[in-house]
Amino acid sequence: MKYDVTIKIALKEGMLDPEASAIQNAITNLGYTTESLRTARLFLIRLDAPDREAARAMAQKICERLLANPVIHRYEVEVAG
Amino acid sequence: MRFAVIQFGGSNCDRDVQYVLSEVCGVDADLVWYKERLSRSYDAVVLPGGFSYGDYLRAGAIAARTPIMADVIRHAMNGKLVLGICNGAQILAESGLVPGVFTINAYPKFICKPVHLRVENAASPFTSAYRNGDVIRIPIAHAEGRYAAPAETLASLNASNRIAFRFCDEKGTVTVACNPNGAAENITGVLSEMGNVLAMMPHPERASENILGSVDGKPVFDSMIGFIERKG
Repeated sequence: MKYDVTIKIALKEGMLDPEASAIQNAITNLGYTTESLRTARLFLIRLDAPDREAARAMAQKICERLLANPVIHRYEVEVAG
Repeated sequence: MRFAVIQFGGSNCDRDVQYVLSEVCGVDADLVWYKERLSRSYDAVVLPGGFSYGDYLRAGAIAARTPIMADVIRHAMNGKLVLGICNGAQILAESGLVPGVFTINAYPKFICKPVHLRVENAASPFTSAYRNGDVIRIPIAHAEGRYAAPAETLASLNASNRIAFRFCDEKGTVTVACNPNGAAENITGVLSEMGNVLAMMPHPERASENILGSVDGKPVFDSMIGFIERKG
């Protein structure tokens, strides 16, 4: 079965996010007031797995082994369908 | 005695390191293209600076998962020396050979300038040609060099004397003002548990000849060479 998996990688709560601060500053420069801004990265993956749970497990392994660095990141996996 | 200097696509300090090892320090140093793997045994492996894989995903993340890194990890597990400089340090952290991570500078821009470092542990295979507390001046050149690690990791690095270098001022005082990238506890050189792997953001190969304005980095290579000679 083919599964569409969405993986979101973000910095853990409390981790310094210099890119987010710079972007928030730029938004302020445009005249908007924002209370907070965080960045995250989405990976849209289509993969082959026997079932939904196997697809999720495989996506989690991919996160742990490459996409996320456990020292600074948390991740969420969503399997469509 | 033979060093390997690993070249990934995007490495750009590989030839500088090889030049310093062979022409300045007088030891054999092979440039090894990552696809060739480590086909023979080496006394030391150097992962040079650069932008392997364009810093895609995270600096060093993709190079850390290439097959040659399995060879480098095996080499390290045998107690042999591995030095990672700049992008090489990021690769070592990403491959788990040293704890923590080198991530985006607190002020997120590329910094290229000479900085002062304090030698925190002059007993390692990479620093024995220094004395504890020596203040050296060598350049940094990175955008992702801020060392970060959980509090318990920092505590254990301190307790086990695994911090090789910290950013400091010219007198050797470690202050927030002389921390160019926001690194935790000003750390910019981390040793592995066995002490045979060093990940450092500053570039010792850019400070190994008088003509370049500083020879303060050369003792890193001299220390490694001395260590290998003593081991026989």
